[in-house]
Amino acid sequence: MMQPFSTVTGVAAPMPSANIDTDVIMPKQFLKGVDRGGLRDGTFHGLRFDPTGGERPDFVLNRAGWRDAKFLVVGPNFGCGSSREHAVWGLGQLGIRGLIGTSFAGIFFDNCVRNGLLAVTLDAEVVTYLSRLATDPATAVLAVDLPGQSIVTSDGQSFPFAVDPGQKEALVLGLDAIGSTLKHREEILSFEQTHLRQNPWLA
Amino acid sequence: MRQTLYDKLVDSHTVHSFDPDGRQLLLYVDRTVLNEYTSPQAFTGLRDAGRAVWRPRAALGTVDHVNPTAVHRTAEMPDPCGARQVAYFADNCRDFGVELFDVLHRLQGIEHVVMPEIGLVLPGMVVAAGDSHTTTYGAFGALGFGIGTSDIEHYLATQTLVYRRLRTMRVSVDGNLAPGVSAKDIVMALIRTIGAAGATGYAIEFTGATITALSVEGRMTICNMAVECGARGAIMAPDQTVFDYLRDRPRAPKGELWDRAVASWRTLHSDPDAVFDRDIILSAREIEPMVTWGTSPDQAAPIGSVVPDPIQEPDLARRRDMERALTYMDLKPGTRLTDITIERAFIGSCTNARIEDLRAAAAVARGRHVAPGVRAMVVPGSSSVRRVAEAEGLDRIFLTAGFEWLQSGCSMCLAMNDDVLRPGERCASSTNRNFEGRQGAGGRTHLMSPAMVAAAAIHGRLADPRRDPGVQ
Repeated sequence: MMQPFSTVTGVAAPMPSANIDTDVIMPKQFLKGVDRGGLRDGTFHGLRFDPTGGERPDFVLNRAGWRDAKFLVVGPNFGCGSSREHAVWGLGQLGIRGLIGTSFAGIFFDNCVRNGLLAVTLDAEVVTYLSRLATDPATAVLAVDLPGQSIVTSDGQSFPFAVDPGQKEALVLGLDAIGSTLKHREEILSFEQTHLRQNPWLA
Repeated sequence: MRQTLYDKLVDSHTVHSFDPDGRQLLLYVDRTVLNEYTSPQAFTGLRDAGRAVWRPRAALGTVDHVNPTAVHRTAEMPDPCGARQVAYFADNCRDFGVELFDVLHRLQGIEHVVMPEIGLVLPGMVVAAGDSHTTTYGAFGALGFGIGTSDIEHYLATQTLVYRRLRTMRVSVDGNLAPGVSAKDIVMALIRTIGAAGATGYAIEFTGATITALSVEGRMTICNMAVECGARGAIMAPDQTVFDYLRDRPRAPKGELWDRAVASWRTLHSDPDAVFDRDIILSAREIEPMVTWGTSPDQAAPIGSVVPDPIQEPDLARRRDMERALTYMDLKPGTRLTDITIERAFIGSCTNARIEDLRAAAAVARGRHVAPGVRAMVVPGSSSVRRVAEAEGLDRIFLTAGFEWLQSGCSMCLAMNDDVLRPGERCASSTNRNFEGRQGAGGRTHLMSPAMVAAAAIHGRLADPRRDPGVQ
């Protein structure tokens, strides 16, 4: 059961670079487990820590005001590269609940949906505006209302966003996707029977 | 009904549509291939919920990411974490009834090399796997796409995925490729043209005489790397070249079943008047050998040019990304790409470690020697590729030229084993990603074709393969 997402209020941190890939979000040395735990330290490891393990003071999530950020306002094509879901698990373990950007890589986006992390796609002008608010802790608080599909900023503006109805339901209710699919068990069995009869080389 | 091949594949695998126009649907998936590092949590999920694998014979496991490539490797894993992943993977495959190619299996290799070479990927299939380069299977007229671990669990338990239909993009490539220009250069030119997110939300269909003229292996290289411009599916209509490739593969259908299959596969193409959401046209004649200078696959240029100057980039965000990339890569604008010296050369990965790739690299290496100070490695894509290469004498060519000839695996493409770049090392690489730290923290990767990697190893610097003997 994943954590349901209804309305979440918190600080947003800006991360405007393009093409932040899953190798950067969760470097390879943290992929050697067999469970989903222990990934908090791995998240953005090369950006957060120097080679001696000390915090890099210039990295936004290490700075006062953004340490407990719940949202990242990100650059285009965030989450590109490897399919590793560890990247999304790690973001969750770091306390990130939502991402706002102009585009997300496909596998990464699906991984977010499966793990209760909201990835919102908005026009470039809106993302730029939110990113500018996020650069100052005094204005960086956002209220993200998933049922109402809007983001309310600290200066009182409200930005609507689109979300796929199926994904919204899964996120709001924290649904178990496998359980939902298995409600279609008979339909799958019947499809499979016909499919393999028509294409017996797939059997 | 005017349909694209992509929509035909999706429609023929739709179990249930969640909306009236079939955008959100339950998609039947014919087959998967599992590896040791993206699957453990999926199997744990099944165990915890008391669920079985729906159709175990529709899955294959292969150890490829964490295994060493040492010539005399054993079942022992030097890294205890990797050892635990491999052991848990073996337990999972055994307990859930999935066939496994472990490290010492004679068919072991990189998942996307192994599946086609044994005939487990067939035209018309839908294949999803826990690796982004599952797009490779588009070369066969199959819809292949990468998924995360939760979706692996979903697939294993239900044989389906909850799927969002993509938009369609047609990439047409016509004209003859110049000598020294390969499939890798076509896809790198495409990524440079449309950007690293240029095909996000799309499935690409590649068409045109240049594509049709390619071998299946060249086609796989293009489909494999299409994910680097965001495509979640990159298909090519199957033709006689594909059927000839598959005919005698051990797991392909045989006899009367084969004939029926081919008759069905011949219908797998977009209708002549099908409409695509986006069209891109590339002229093969204008494509030159390509190399990346930056830290994203779209930061690429023809080998005859120079490191670009961020000042000339009008988009401020892109300019900042270029500056950051050049700092990481330690490169100065205006430097000729052929003046960039390297310390490492790597021929390997699911993009370019098939037998045809090794032949192209060996043709350049034959009778020559790796430059002083360069460490060059050849890691075949599978144990089968390695055996074929040895039967052809390619191993002797590489070894005589000073390359290391290693056992198969993903190796230094993502460096989850002990093949890793040291900080600051610069590598000519036949792989697919030049991200910061991808091949080792602080390592600097230049992507290019396998023939270009061989040429770079010999010259000790990035090299134009059109000036090298042996280039095809």
